[in-house]
Amino acid sequence: MKGSLSKVPISKEWDIVGARQTGRNIAKELGFGSVNQARIATTISELARNIYLYTEYGEISFEEVCEKTKVGLKIIATDSGPGIKDISRVMEDGYSTSGGLGAGLPGVKRLMDEFDVESNGDGTKITVIMWLR
Amino acid sequence: MNPEYKDILLDYSDEIIKKWMDDLEDNKLKEYKSTVSNELIEQVNREFVNLIFSKLKDGVNYESLEQFSERIVNLGWPLAYLTEGMQSFRSICIRTILEQIDNKDEAFFLEVMDDVNNWVDPIKNQLINEYSNNWNNIISLQKVALQELSVPLIPVMEGITVMPLVGTIDTDRAKLIMENLLDGVIKSRAEVVLIDITGVPVVDTMVAHHIVQAAEAVRLIGSTCILVGIRPEIAQTIVNLGIDLSRFPTKSSLKKGFEKALEMTNRDIVNVKEKDADIIDDMVQSIDKE
Repeated sequence: MKGSLSKVPISKEWDIVGARQTGRNIAKELGFGSVNQARIATTISELARNIYLYTEYGEISFEEVCEKTKVGLKIIATDSGPGIKDISRVMEDGYSTSGGLGAGLPGVKRLMDEFDVESNGDGTKITVIMWLR
Repeated sequence: MNPEYKDILLDYSDEIIKKWMDDLEDNKLKEYKSTVSNELIEQVNREFVNLIFSKLKDGVNYESLEQFSERIVNLGWPLAYLTEGMQSFRSICIRTILEQIDNKDEAFFLEVMDDVNNWVDPIKNQLINEYSNNWNNIISLQKVALQELSVPLIPVMEGITVMPLVGTIDTDRAKLIMENLLDGVIKSRAEVVLIDITGVPVVDTMVAHHIVQAAEAVRLIGSTCILVGIRPEIAQTIVNLGIDLSRFPTKSSLKKGFEKALEMTNRDIVNVKEKDADIIDDMVQSIDKE
């Protein structure tokens, strides 16, 4: 079983809050504990903020993923922005082009169980999964 | 508008109004029926239709349109009431004219439609614009109200000030936090500022970044910032994100932070009652000795 649960468009700063709220509710429904809910909410916040800061428009979508023995929440952040030029730089701690902390993407990688980023000139797609234990 | 059609519409206005009211009765505002009296609905409908006809008679009066849509907003009725109302009104008018003039010509039909549209559409647009303007006004007022309770700074004791943060921190609020914090520290000559983030739902890199900056700025003007109210799950996410908060003290609760602040300003909490008891004990003991 694999199902798309929800989709939130990101174009304004307050959309970040909307996406976070949606994600937190979904995580609660799937049975994640409060610590993991906070991790998921933080992850969504980071991904959505990247969309808001660096691109015009993007989307955060939520899916339930099932493998043989485990269930998880998959969050996909897509945008049609300029793309990430140097992915390995972005994944380094402390690298930021916007004067921030530069902990966003590497932090998200540590917060979640699985992390994948694809990027080219037409946009960026970041997929993260947290498994329910 | 063709005077012939205008005359027809004016002649049959009573019939049109009646048909339109019946139509509205059937379709709209059903879910409101339970909370709104029929008289009110009828009264507003009548006002609505009079407004449209007054435009036909002697041109549009923007003020009355404005007042009317403001009324709809205040009543809490949906925008659909205006749009659907105008749509059904239009179709009834077109039908009435077509019924009165027996002409099946396509060009004639289009002409009637254009004429009626030219009459009804500006009113509709105006009403919708006014309606959304009214909503925007309400939203901006609420924004102001929200900003007012956004970043309070509470001096709790000489040299100690608390800033409790509740809710989401966006860029605007982050700016306000910094300004209020620095202003407040100078004004109240605070040596220690406690920033309480118990009510902040998510601490991501941006929020952390702003807090670090604010704390750093406070340090520059010679005071110390203590970050309090870090819940366990927030502590975990901060560590995972790799955010360095080691440059200023942090505590789990406001209580512990306050105790630390007292310590930093060379003060101590003394229990008065116990002291009294001690003195009495001493006195009793000294009496016993005698």
